[in-house]
Amino acid sequence: MSVAIDQAGVRRWMDLFAQAMSEHRQELVALDTAIGDGDHGTNMDRGMRKAIEKLHADAPPDPGALLKAVAMTLISTVGGAAGPLYGTLFLHLGAGLTDRDAIDLAAYSAAWRRAVDAVQARGSARAGDKTMVDALLPAVDALERSESLEAGLAAAAEAAREGMLATIPLVARRGRASYLGERSAGHQDPGATSTYYLFESAAEALAS
Amino acid sequence: MKKLINAPDQVVADALRGIQAAHGDRLRVSLDPYLLVRADAPVRGKVGLVSGGGSGHEPMHGGYVGRGMLDAACPGEVFTSPTPDQMLAATKAVDGGAGVVHIVKNYTGDVLNFEMAADLAGGEGIEVATVLTNDDVAVEDSLYTAGRRGVGVTVLVEKIAGAAAEAGRSLQEVAEIGRRVNAQGRSMGMALTPCVTPASGRPSFELAEDEVEIGIGIHGEPGRFREQAGPASQVAERLMTPILEDLPFRSGDRVLAFVNGMGGTPLLELYVVYAEVARIAAAHGLRIERNLIGNYITSLEMQGCSITLLKLDDELERYWDAPVDTPALRWGA
Repeated sequence: MSVAIDQAGVRRWMDLFAQAMSEHRQELVALDTAIGDGDHGTNMDRGMRKAIEKLHADAPPDPGALLKAVAMTLISTVGGAAGPLYGTLFLHLGAGLTDRDAIDLAAYSAAWRRAVDAVQARGSARAGDKTMVDALLPAVDALERSESLEAGLAAAAEAAREGMLATIPLVARRGRASYLGERSAGHQDPGATSTYYLFESAAEALAS
Repeated sequence: MKKLINAPDQVVADALRGIQAAHGDRLRVSLDPYLLVRADAPVRGKVGLVSGGGSGHEPMHGGYVGRGMLDAACPGEVFTSPTPDQMLAATKAVDGGAGVVHIVKNYTGDVLNFEMAADLAGGEGIEVATVLTNDDVAVEDSLYTAGRRGVGVTVLVEKIAGAAAEAGRSLQEVAEIGRRVNAQGRSMGMALTPCVTPASGRPSFELAEDEVEIGIGIHGEPGRFREQAGPASQVAERLMTPILEDLPFRSGDRVLAFVNGMGGTPLLELYVVYAEVARIAAAHGLRIERNLIGNYITSLEMQGCSITLLKLDDELERYWDAPVDTPALRWGA
């Protein structure tokens, strides 16, 4: 049986991600306080709350429109670097899934690849710069290598987690943490951490 | 941590209500989205100036909205960049047909959001020129960082470019003058204490009772190194030496010297620092033609200071002296 993600599945994913941002708000604040300005958890929680409110107010017709609505809400409510970067991610992910009722692995992987490319173009971060890209890239690689959506999202979540942990020894080269130079080493990147929760909630949404 | 607030998530809105109550005669204040616009905007035929950034740096930027300086400011949440829809609304509100200059401090979030806003404004037929400030010599300017932060020079760019716009200069000329101020200015800051954001309620970094942090940013970012607290003369040397070497400032240069408080420093101490700055500048052969001393670009309640030196020329000096009428900076008006 081939599993596909539908509108309700994407909606469940967004609910779970919003829940994760709320639950892990203080953890993200603490990580960001160590090497940034301490607002990442607060901003992501506020943005995802607003996004869920928006989805309650007007139900978008398909997964693409739903993700676009989340993107626009994050761009206009989050601020900081996370607003444009997560906004860009959801905008391009959504653009690849417009007018589809059921998303298979091939379409999903292709949309994710476009989304990652767009995030890298917007923030000009590369692998190893100690940013969200360090969780994103391995997760999307893992998804592309997989045989099914379920296995793919589970592998993506695990790869994102490893990518997140691998940011700990890195010296930041992008974002506010880069001002610290060598002193940024030894801390886990908050952006890579919220990206891990994004994939963890995606895997959870598909499994539930 | 005690603070004079009603609720952490209401602090920006509540402060804007205060600004509305105090300065409503000269500023239009919007709470949705957060926006401060000069009351007579758009001024027909004048280049509009928009800046913005996270809150917590008051009086920057909202305090600099008015004749001879900014046309609009977009306040974000505390230490968080504002969003593109705020910046677009500000840009449209101040466009008098001559184009709009965005003054952007070099932080990843500010740059990304202003880039998106400039794209959106361009799509609506408004010409936007961007002036990026990146004057903080505490940060290495290399491919391996987000680049130097925009700090003290931003206030000077807003004043001088604002006067150029008021004088009727074109979009490209106003932008060029703003970029020249940035190119000829250098800054560095230090802290005696960290700051506490209302949302986190915790100090932005830990500093021992007898330590100072040298090379801090304006968002409670830790600096380049910390050391045993010494006299003000030593602190001034720590900040002035990299500033002087970086441009470099040369004997005979005319400068504006700006000693800025980080929010929690008594003016008494800022004058102690200024005396040291004047001494070091004189020893270096600089002529301080203008000065500015006080809390102009702050980091909440942080104790500490930053020093900015701007190399002046006749044009920059003339625009610095031009009348300005804003809540926080006012002369000749």
